[in-house]
Amino acid sequence: MKIVYIDHASATPVRPEVKEAMFPYFDKYFANPSTVYDIGTRIKKEVDAQREKVADLIGAKGGEIIFTSSGAEANNQALKGVALGYQKKGGHIIVSGIEHHSVLNSARFLERLDFEVTYLPVDGYGLVDPERLRKSIRPETTLVSIMHGNNEIGTIEPIAELSSVCKEKGILFHTDAVGTVGNIPVDVNDLGVDLLSLSAVSMCGPKGIGALYVREKTRVMPLIHGGIQERGRRAGTENVPGIMGLGKAAELAKGEVRGKMTQLQDLRDALRSGISKHISRVHFTGHTDQRLPGHLSMCFEAIEGEALTFILSQQGIYINTGSACASKALKTSPVLVAISVKPEVAQGSAVFTIGSANTHEDITYVINRLPRMVERLRSYSPLWQNGNAR
Amino acid sequence: MYSEKVMDHFLQPRNMGVIDNPDGVGEAGNPVCGDVMAVYIKVEDHKLNDIKFKTFGCVAAIAVSSMVSEMAKGMSLEEAKDISKKAIADSLDGLPKEKMHCSNLGAEALGKAIEDYERGVRNR
Repeated sequence: MKIVYIDHASATPVRPEVKEAMFPYFDKYFANPSTVYDIGTRIKKEVDAQREKVADLIGAKGGEIIFTSSGAEANNQALKGVALGYQKKGGHIIVSGIEHHSVLNSARFLERLDFEVTYLPVDGYGLVDPERLRKSIRPETTLVSIMHGNNEIGTIEPIAELSSVCKEKGILFHTDAVGTVGNIPVDVNDLGVDLLSLSAVSMCGPKGIGALYVREKTRVMPLIHGGIQERGRRAGTENVPGIMGLGKAAELAKGEVRGKMTQLQDLRDALRSGISKHISRVHFTGHTDQRLPGHLSMCFEAIEGEALTFILSQQGIYINTGSACASKALKTSPVLVAISVKPEVAQGSAVFTIGSANTHEDITYVINRLPRMVERLRSYSPLWQNGNAR
Repeated sequence: MYSEKVMDHFLQPRNMGVIDNPDGVGEAGNPVCGDVMAVYIKVEDHKLNDIKFKTFGCVAAIAVSSMVSEMAKGMSLEEAKDISKKAIADSLDGLPKEKMHCSNLGAEALGKAIEDYERGVRNR
């Protein structure tokens, strides 16, 4: 059976060039980069060369990159590291209500340590209003964290506008750019951010490696204490094969990102028009234009997203959902709640994230099958009567 | 994550649909939580002569309603009322822990349909 994988926000296949770059560092060049002898220092040099490549992708300097185990760790490091590092200045941080769990749960953890957190609401597209942000700032605010591209609804936030509000007041700004780096051009100076999280998973790199950009002279308290790796900001022997993979993925992304953007947008628009044409009672979520290029999200009325995900997987089509039933906590996605999707409609959530390996043939394959599957589940549903939701 | 039996009942649900002029109808769940089951029954000689259902919900919810309908068909009303959520889950070779409430919903919707029938008989 044909396989059409359209869940690239969850994982991307590692590219052959990336795999090649990693392999020698498992056995041939296995030495510890912190050692003083030549076979170790040579590897240290390679690690720093990758740091430069990651920095180059986002317009930063090598010394501003901390390698982490994931995008989630980078987010944890940014929030907790800054909140604790600037504790004497103040104990208030601001995040948006549609952040990734690794930001939201770090913020909740900080609340337990007596920090105060403001959760900014968003409009129906998922956008944060810069004026609203300005009004939430207090004298004791030290950090604002607002994600760049949302993984569930695809909306891209106006980061440059938001960060300029903070710059006026001398407040640090972090953005979770896991969804954007490698998918659209990202430059830390254009965005005006002080900290930025990224992950290899978004750009056909390996799992288990991410990075946090920290602007020069920004103080972050380490989360992992030990040796002086990452200039004392993250202890632990480096994940050298992972770093080699991330470096290669970043180098490739730098040259390809613009072309990839156009390709993904084109496929996404074809998918969107096919769905609009063949399926009724569907609500597309997120912003129409200000969105991630390969991202299409929607809610189908009167069906449930986990059932849709499974029935599509039987057809070789792999997608994602934000429905309550698919979350182990059985809670409606906070992102869909934040953009005011009705809870019963939110159950029918489907998220398609297109990758560079997808083709127009794949999109046609989906458009030929998805309407039948939606129709089949609707025929089971007591909420669907005579072509309409009850 | 799901047993083969769950996937079988999800992909080929038994007794899916509605009964015109049913003797009893029961509905359980709520769309906000993501599951709604509607059960329709026909009763003859105090037995469940026919049973159909419609379900809005996840894989587990659809498989549970299919399994309940298969188990209950032909049973006496008393036997059908005693179908437990555990019995339903066991017949499906188990359900993930967080999905056990789905099997509860199946028993509840069927119980409500039987109650609806009995109320109708009393008021006749």
